[in-house]
This record gives sequence, C-alpha cells and structure tokens, in this order.
Amino acid sequence: MTHALQTSRLVKRFGGFVATSDVTLNVAAGARHALIGPNGAGKTTLINLLTGFLEPTEGTVILKGDDVTRLSQHQRVKRGLARTFQINRLFADMTVLESVTLAVCERRGIGARWWNPVGSHVEAIDEAAALLQQLRLIDVAHHLTKSLAYGRQRLIEIALALAAKPSVLLLDEPAAGVPTSESRELFETIAQLPREVTILLIEHDMDLVFRFADRISVLVGGALVAEDTPDMIARDKRVKEVYLGEALHG
Amino acid sequence: MTTHSIDGFDPGPLRNLARWKRAEYAFWLLPVAAYFALGEQLSLLSQIAITALFALSLDLVLGYAGIVSLGHAAFFGIGAYAAGLMAANGWNDPLAGLLGAALIAAAAGFITSFLVLRGSDLTRLMVTLGVALMLFELANKLTRITGGVDGLQGIEMKPLLGMFSFDLYGKTAYIYSVVVLFVLFWIARRIVHSPFGLSLRGIRLNVQRMPALGAPVNARLVGAYTLGAAYAGIAGALLTQTTQFVSIDVLSFSRSAELLLILVLGGTGSLYGALIGTIVFMTAHHLLSGINPQYWQFWLGMLLVLVVLFARDGVMGGLRALGKRLPGAVK
Repeated sequence: MTHALQTSRLVKRFGGFVATSDVTLNVAAGARHALIGPNGAGKTTLINLLTGFLEPTEGTVILKGDDVTRLSQHQRVKRGLARTFQINRLFADMTVLESVTLAVCERRGIGARWWNPVGSHVEAIDEAAALLQQLRLIDVAHHLTKSLAYGRQRLIEIALALAAKPSVLLLDEPAAGVPTSESRELFETIAQLPREVTILLIEHDMDLVFRFADRISVLVGGALVAEDTPDMIARDKRVKEVYLGEALHG
Repeated sequence: MTTHSIDGFDPGPLRNLARWKRAEYAFWLLPVAAYFALGEQLSLLSQIAITALFALSLDLVLGYAGIVSLGHAAFFGIGAYAAGLMAANGWNDPLAGLLGAALIAAAAGFITSFLVLRGSDLTRLMVTLGVALMLFELANKLTRITGGVDGLQGIEMKPLLGMFSFDLYGKTAYIYSVVVLFVLFWIARRIVHSPFGLSLRGIRLNVQRMPALGAPVNARLVGAYTLGAAYAGIAGALLTQTTQFVSIDVLSFSRSAELLLILVLGGTGSLYGALIGTIVFMTAHHLLSGINPQYWQFWLGMLLVLVVLFARDGVMGGLRALGKRLPGAVK
C-alpha cells in the first residue's frame, strides 16, 4: 500500500507540556481517514505540524515519500498538501471570486506577476468560477465573503484549499458551527471529491465520521491510542472507554 | 470547464476591475486645470504633487502590504540626498537623478525590509522609526557630505530632456512633478490590480491564510516594501531637483508622522486616498496657517479627528459611501 502522508514519532512540546506524543500515522493514498479524539487531544496541533504551521520538536513528516519536515507551509502546499482551518480564515473584504482566484493564481505560480491585471488572467478566473460552480457557490461569486452565512463561508474554506489542487487535503472540523442540515450538504460535497485527493479529517460529529471515513485514528492526550476501520474502532474497548462512550451507544 | 459553460455567470466585475473609470479621468484633469487656474501657486502645487507621490509610496507599503511605518521619511531622505549628491557631483540630468535615487532608495528598502518584517506591528513601528532616526543623525553628523543642518547646496540641474530649464515661476517643476506622479501612479495602479497586488491584499486581510494557499508571504512583503522605498526615493529626488536644495528635514520624524496623518486622512489602500489626503492636508495647511499662523495645527487636528470619527477609511471612505448612492461615482 502506498502512503500519501506519514508521520514518524512526531513530538511537539510547549515548554513542559507535551501536545503531541510520539505520533506515527500512516494515511493511505486515496483514503478518507478521520482523526478523532476528545477536546484537547492534540488533533489541531497535529494538523499544524503536518502543514508546517508549527515545527515539531522531534520526528518527521513524509509527504508522498518525501521528507517535508523542514519545509515551510507554502512549500508544502506546492507539494500538494492543503488544509482548511477550524475557525474560518478567509478574506472578509474580498469577493468570493476574488478569494478563490487569488488561491488559483498562487497554485498556477503567477501570484508574483505584477504587470497585467488579474482580470487578464482569464484561465485563472475561469478555473476559480468552475470551482465555485462545483461547490455551489457560483451564485454568490461577486458577493463579499463577510456578507455570507457561516455555512457558505465554510464552503469557501474548502474552495480555497481545493484551489491548490491538493493530493492530500486536511479538513479541520469543516462542519464546526454549521447547522446540521447544512453540515450534511457540506459532507455530501466533500464526499464527491475525487479519490485522487486523499482526505484526513478532524470531526466531532461521530455520525458523520462513521459514514464518511474508511479509516479512523484515535488521538488521546497527544498520543495515538488506536487506528483501524470504523467497525473495528466502534468495537474497540479502549476507544469506548476514553472517548466514544455515549456518542456511539448513548 | 470555463465560465462560458456556466449558465448565467458573468465574470465581468473581476475582469473589468482594472479599467479606468470616468471619475478617474476627471480627477486627472484637476492638475491640468490647476496649472491654468492657479498659475501663481505653482510652487505649492509642485509640493502637493511631490508629497502626493510620497503618500502614494506609503500607501503601497501600509495600505496594500499592511506594513505600518513611522520612518518612511528615511527613503524620501535617501532619495533626496542621492539626487542632490549626484547633481552636485556633475550627474545633473533630472531623469538619471530620479533613476539613481530610486535604485539607491530601493536598495535601502530591500536591506531594511528584513529587519522590519521580523516583528509585529509595534515592532515594525519601532524599527522603521529607529532606522529613520539613525539616518537623520548620520546626515547631521556627516556635514562634509550632506551639509548637516545647513543643508546640501550647490545643486544645479540640467534642463529636463535637454530642452526645459527649471524656471523661476516653477512651470517646468510643476509639469515635471505632475508627469512623474502620473506615470508612477499609473504603474502603481497596474501593480495593485495585478496578481501580486491581489496577494498583497490577501496578506493584509489574512496573513495566516496566505501560506496555506502556497504564497511566500515574506518575499511578497519584501517586494512591496522595496517598491514603496523606491517610490519614496523618487519623491525625495523630485523635491531636491525642483528646489535645488536638500534640507536635513527630509529625514525628520515629523515628515514621517505627517505622511501617516495624510494617508489616514485620505484613506488607505485605494491609491486615490493618498492623493486626496495630500490635497486636503496641504490645502488646509496652507489656508489655516495663513488665517491662524500660530495655532493652525489645532484646526488640522480637529479635521483629522472629525474625519476619523465620521468618515471610515478617510475621505475616500466617505466618497465610497457617497458612491453607493450616486451610481457612476468613484468606487
């Protein structure tokens, strides 16, 4: 089995506090892999280590067989690793189309071009519009991002990540703060992404996780305590004890 | 897939964003009208054009790249002294002087950008202020080169393009300053509407998101800061060439602070805010200091407070709000 993303004995310490403890994670190419754990388990810290937002104290991050541990965030994006954020990090005063065109320009390597107007880069705008169409955002393309409902802003988070044409997409609680009806729709959109895109997902809604994921890792206190298929995880006594409990059987 | 296949979708608003609007053409007729209507005030009008270019340079740095600076006069001063020293040493072609000043100021901007970009806003304020203060004292100390507090004298410029001498009435100086301002404004306008300009807006709006899109944030900011420094250097050189003198005040803290005030007054991040802020500030300065020579700054302070309190994003913010009510106005 080929792995899209791996970590080897990843450790992150903040002073005396160990946020990530010896995590060795293997995400298969094309997988829908979920990372679950109680609040404070270190899930977002792990995502931040994978993307280069944080530097690990020890250990390595391997992307498609290459060690990317020392690469900066933007270099990892260029290698095909994109992410969304748990709390929206959008361009509030840009229109939706401008935001996604910006992301497309960066992926196409034309983000530093300083002479011709953005409007003359027709292919980049067309690509951004096609992405908005795919995510059912085309009707608000010319609206300011800040004027949209939260659920649609979450979709822009995903659109910005997808504009990077990632081979590995890290989704940090994409449905956080989204009403249940909208979160189902959002996950339907995510589920339709092609299998060439490997997805590592953090999510608290166990119903969504167990329907979406084909593999689940459980993180507790910064350490991985289990990794298996959804069925096996649901039966795992340790997982039930430390995390799932009521969520699965309550 | 292209937008041609997306029913009912018109990418026009983004495609046409960089097109010149009617209000912009009208705005650029103002300096032409001023030349004929205010022929006695060409010296003041030249100062306005030069300060507008200086404010434009800060708008690129602060309004677009989001880098706060309290020491932007450093680059203005470097440009002013560079042009002055070149001219005093026989390199007195005006356009060559502008180019030399731009390159030297850009080099200074490039080098100091690595210091400035290390910290957060407060650090940046202090570092920019510190660099400007050091340069001021350096100019003060190196009297044999800069003339110290007496200023750099003995500057004589060749006729512009070998044809137009700098006359006593200030006609050549005014036309030269306005043409340079317009050309550099046109270039800046192209830059802010380019993918590079869009990425600067992205950095200002959400600096943490940009690396997650694959953008090398620091490299972009270094570029913007260097560009802003070059523009400020050209503004300084223009002042030197049109007045044929360099005062040590070109490096003073008050010049940097006044510039920040102009930009806040006009509105940041629109280019026109820098121009309009300069016109409002310098006209108010001129009129108020005539009416009330001793306490004119009181009224200027009041104007600033009123603008900040009631017109979000300065005069340009007020015009934008007006523009929403009047279709076809400046947006």
